[in-house]
Amino acid sequence: MTTETMRDVHRATTRGITAYRGYRPPPGMISWAFHRITGLGVLLFLLLHIVDIFLVNYGPDTFNELLFLYRHPVFRIGEIILVAGLYYHAANGVRIILIDFWPAAYRYERQLFYGVIAVFLAGFLPTAILMIRAILT
Amino acid sequence: MTVARPHIGRERPSGGFELYSWYFFRISGLLLIFLAIGHVVIMHVINTVDEIDWQFVADRWNSPFWRAYDWLMLFLALLHGLNGARLAVDDYIRPQGWRVLAHSILWTLAIVFLIIGSIAVLTFDPSRFETLAQAGG
Repeated sequence: MTTETMRDVHRATTRGITAYRGYRPPPGMISWAFHRITGLGVLLFLLLHIVDIFLVNYGPDTFNELLFLYRHPVFRIGEIILVAGLYYHAANGVRIILIDFWPAAYRYERQLFYGVIAVFLAGFLPTAILMIRAILT
Repeated sequence: MTVARPHIGRERPSGGFELYSWYFFRISGLLLIFLAIGHVVIMHVINTVDEIDWQFVADRWNSPFWRAYDWLMLFLALLHGLNGARLAVDDYIRPQGWRVLAHSILWTLAIVFLIIGSIAVLTFDPSRFETLAQAGG
């Protein structure tokens, strides 16, 4: 442990609170990492999706034959993960724009991050339930 | 005592292409929340990949509204996504030569996928195949 972290631990224990947070990443770092991963993931799917929709021009036989890919159980799971990524990216994007245009919002960084998680869950849980129900029936 | 605002998110660039890119990122993001989530709800929750086939796309693209919707979404999502990939490239790829190569790939992807996506959305003519099917059947 460096002197600095030792001092943090000391301060935390003398104050009797858990001010020392070890290697736990701050919310800004988690939200940033998820934003980038979900963004690149959705982009990858978008490129695939443009190729598949281009194939409508080759007529019903070609297009419908390739749809077995999207109806495969592995893709149905991937589809739900894709929606999760998109919803998170949208909710966190609103947080980013909010902080960009209302700089004082940084004081509520943690609350805003919890807000993002709440909005994400409020959107994703009903969507996921409906999608899973559609797979099972 | 006033505390300086900590670094949260990306600093607003001072001008030029980077400032346009910064604004485009945010405006396209806000529009895509409605376009992309609307698209997901219609195509993956209300309808599912079990129902969507060539005929579904043909019926849907009978309406100029959905063609315009899909083309706008294609344009915004592709440039928003590749702009994000460009920022990731700038973060991780340091050597000048590799960076030029990576940027060239991204711009090429933007042009090629915008062209094939636009061909799909704007030039698709289902009647061509319907007469073909009638002649064959």
